[in-house]
Amino acid sequence: MSTAALQEPWAKSDNPAAPIPVHQKMSRDDLIMRIALCVLAAWLVIAVLLPLGALLIKSFEGPDGGFVGVSNFALFFANPSLTQSISNSLSIAIVSTVICVLLSFVFAYGLMRTCMPGRGIFKLISQVPLLAPSLLPAISLVYLFGNQGFAKSMMLGQSIYGPIGIGIGEVFWTFPHALIIMITALSTSDARLYEAASALKASAWRTFWTVTIPGARYGLISATFVVFTLVVTDFGVPKVIGGQFNVLATDIYKQVIGQQNFRMGAVVGLLLLLPAVFSFAVDQWVQRKQSAAMSSRAVAYEPKPDAFVDTAFLVICGLIAAAILTVIFTALFASLATLWPYNLTPSFKNYDFDNMDGGGWQSFFNSLRMAGFTAVFGTAIIFSGAYLMEKTKGFGAGRFVFQFLALLPLAVPGIVLGLGYIFFFNSPANPFNFIYGTTTILVVCSIAHFYSVAHLTAVTALKQIDQEIETVSSSLRVPFYRTFFLVTLPVSLPAVLDIAMYLFVNALTTVSAVVFIYSPQTTLASIAVLNMDDAGDVAPAAAMAMTIFFAATAVRVVYTGLVRGVLGRTQAWRHR
Amino acid sequence: MNTTQGVTVRVENCAKTFADGTRALDPVTLDVARGETLVFLGPSGCGKTTMLRIIAGLEKPDSGGRVLFNAQDVTRIPIERRNVGMVFQSYALFPNMNVAQNIAYSLALRGAGKAERDSRVAELVALTGIEGLENRNIDQLSGGQRQRVALARAVAMRPSVLLLDEPLTALDAALRERLRGELDRLLRTLGITTIYVTHDQSEAMTLGDRIVVMRKGAIAQVGSPRDIYFKPASRFVAEFIGAANIIDAVSDNGVLVLPGGRLAVDKTGHGQVAAMIRPESIGIISPEAAFLVGRVASVSFTGDRQRLVVDGASDKPLIVDASNTLAVKIGDTVGLTVAPSAIQFLQGA
Ligand SMILES: Nc1ncnc2c1ncn2[C@@H]1O[C@H](COP(=O)(O)OP(=O)(O)OP(=O)(O)O)[C@@H](O)[C@H]1O
Ligand SMILES: [Mg+2]
Repeated sequence: MSTAALQEPWAKSDNPAAPIPVHQKMSRDDLIMRIALCVLAAWLVIAVLLPLGALLIKSFEGPDGGFVGVSNFALFFANPSLTQSISNSLSIAIVSTVICVLLSFVFAYGLMRTCMPGRGIFKLISQVPLLAPSLLPAISLVYLFGNQGFAKSMMLGQSIYGPIGIGIGEVFWTFPHALIIMITALSTSDARLYEAASALKASAWRTFWTVTIPGARYGLISATFVVFTLVVTDFGVPKVIGGQFNVLATDIYKQVIGQQNFRMGAVVGLLLLLPAVFSFAVDQWVQRKQSAAMSSRAVAYEPKPDAFVDTAFLVICGLIAAAILTVIFTALFASLATLWPYNLTPSFKNYDFDNMDGGGWQSFFNSLRMAGFTAVFGTAIIFSGAYLMEKTKGFGAGRFVFQFLALLPLAVPGIVLGLGYIFFFNSPANPFNFIYGTTTILVVCSIAHFYSVAHLTAVTALKQIDQEIETVSSSLRVPFYRTFFLVTLPVSLPAVLDIAMYLFVNALTTVSAVVFIYSPQTTLASIAVLNMDDAGDVAPAAAMAMTIFFAATAVRVVYTGLVRGVLGRTQAWRHR
Repeated sequence: MNTTQGVTVRVENCAKTFADGTRALDPVTLDVARGETLVFLGPSGCGKTTMLRIIAGLEKPDSGGRVLFNAQDVTRIPIERRNVGMVFQSYALFPNMNVAQNIAYSLALRGAGKAERDSRVAELVALTGIEGLENRNIDQLSGGQRQRVALARAVAMRPSVLLLDEPLTALDAALRERLRGELDRLLRTLGITTIYVTHDQSEAMTLGDRIVVMRKGAIAQVGSPRDIYFKPASRFVAEFIGAANIIDAVSDNGVLVLPGGRLAVDKTGHGQVAAMIRPESIGIISPEAAFLVGRVASVSFTGDRQRLVVDGASDKPLIVDASNTLAVKIGDTVGLTVAPSAIQFLQGA
């Protein structure tokens, strides 16, 4: 080539009437894939969209089923105790969010931007709250600062039952969620900016405000909204430790379970949908901005040792980690004490669930079964769905609709989804009514509830595989499902395991979505915690929460072992 | 396997407009002979891959376009039933399978027994020169070996047409050059009708029985490598293939009138012309004996030859490839000579 001017800029056609392509016969593969994608989309419609629709309709229904316009909403806003819950929910959420985002930012900074020792251990500890239902921190707080708590004096006369307890419990429970976002935000910053700043002799303080904070701003925004939504819609913590302090999430529970006032429950449910939908929109916006800001030339930042900074962060992160462990160990001690606080002799008396209300050990086994089914079927459905969405040729509209349905659960709090399930599946007119009260509905609900994150994990993994593999296979006249099972699935095994583990642990610990749809035959461990606590059996509730915690931890350990061992060998090609 | 196999391919009036309005191809009509290797060559974004994908059945042409294999219309047939073999730049080898499993991937389905499969794999491994690597994993192969596995996999099913999209582009220059020759031998042994896409002109020259030079979604020229090189149809082709001096001058009854003198040409009449001269067609002689003189502005020695830039002879500096033994330095005045037959007049642009 003699001249450099040969790279012709390729202008777009200025002919607006684009010609239509030749019609090609659909191959058998294409047809099967489209049908399969439609079936999975229909599944999502039934599991997510229609229950939400049922909730919406319910909120506009009168006592005898007719349309009454906004009169339910008018009733709600006319009730001062319910509107009080709005301001309670908002104020708790704002305070918890500020504290949680600050703590998680500091913790993530310590992990990503300093050379403090023990970063691996700290990261591990930070994820511990994910392994327990949100009821667990609340129970621990009762033991620590409640009426008979051993650190009650630290409360300086304030009561833990109410906003203070809710706030601390929520910060504990939402911390790992915020931390993951902050770690991502801090890991994407560009080292060159820091080099430029130090070349300009900017002070560390100035660099922090002009480089670090702007670099992490999308993470800060995203974490703020995620935590806010989690707190507003969480029901476990305020249920246990809220006392007389009512919030929206507990109101739904009281309206629906206590007073059987489904319409008012639906109204509150719709209100809870607002922050979730808003936060979802913000998150989508942030994702776009963040990926645009991450130029491919960005150089990863390597922290340099600094005795003062490293020590300071060691102290702060150490305190946070200690607080997390204190909460867990308090629940453990309480569950093992024969009769707190009078007889602290260790015993397994509180683990004798069969002699207590709440469903006994059976509820724990129900939970394991339910979580197992959720992991197995959920992984199969979600991974297949992501595969079909990514690989189906043409069919743009179908794939777009599917993507929308797959991301929709991200904007639906568990408690709202569960409520929608009552309205939708409990209706005798619904042909799926027969699953009401069975394990199946719990599994369906859990898969739907945790669909989006797992879906995104699958899509990311699929995008990392060479896109031409499918093309080559079809040119070799190999049916797509064969390539799916022989190539795509084995190659994506790490993501598949990751999804299965995520679904299992979340199904095991969730309370909010399933609290409305379990039946006496299908009580779950997390529900048992709730009911035992309600009945005043706080120590057995702690014991059950710890049982869940140990089961979730065991699954994580097995998962880590699998990833390190089996995958280490079979996925060797990844590291080259 | 030495017989010519495969089909004739005819692309008829195939244009492509993508859903977003991008016009990737203007209507193209082309014939590929049985067993021929046809190379699509052109700069990035000119529509080569789109052309290949239309032939494969991965992309549908705009209505009115047709693709024919052996005179049979396959336009509406999806890739699964076109019997094409494909090799991509990324190779798309199955990372969780070894070499033999990759090659035999499509054979297992065709009711072939294990013995038959094994013998076919052995045959392909020998053909592509990767004996002994059968049980290697893909990540234990070099780039060149991967490329051969991808090729063996693509031809395992005896496709009617072999489609290759920049199969050497992922490799480094030295390896690319070596594999070019090997690939050429291999394609000739296979004798399958082959359509090959590249933006590298030396690859196109080595491999192509014919070359289709593309520009902005249209065919700029079709011809044998020699035709394309010595008789480019346009300024674009001349400049895209190899180094070219393009002289805009007045031709007056067999003579080109230039700032540094005159050049004899095979052209009668009078008028403004664009003449193309390859650097190696220009001879250096003593200025006293020459009708055209210039001053050496730069000399770059590349071992096998030296490339000079000569000012003052033409309207722009001339590139001249001179023998590596010629004693010449910057500032020298040199005489230039060109055989009239080596001067090609370009039409239009
Ligand atoms: N799916 C698509 N949608 C819209 N435009 C497309 C699509 N695929 C390709 N194009 C556009 O069509 C034009 C031709 O693309 P094509 O891939 O055929 O080029 P190419 O010659 O193979 O280039 P390269 O050498 O870079 O591979 C480009 O402008 C490209 O951006
Ligand atoms: Mg291309």
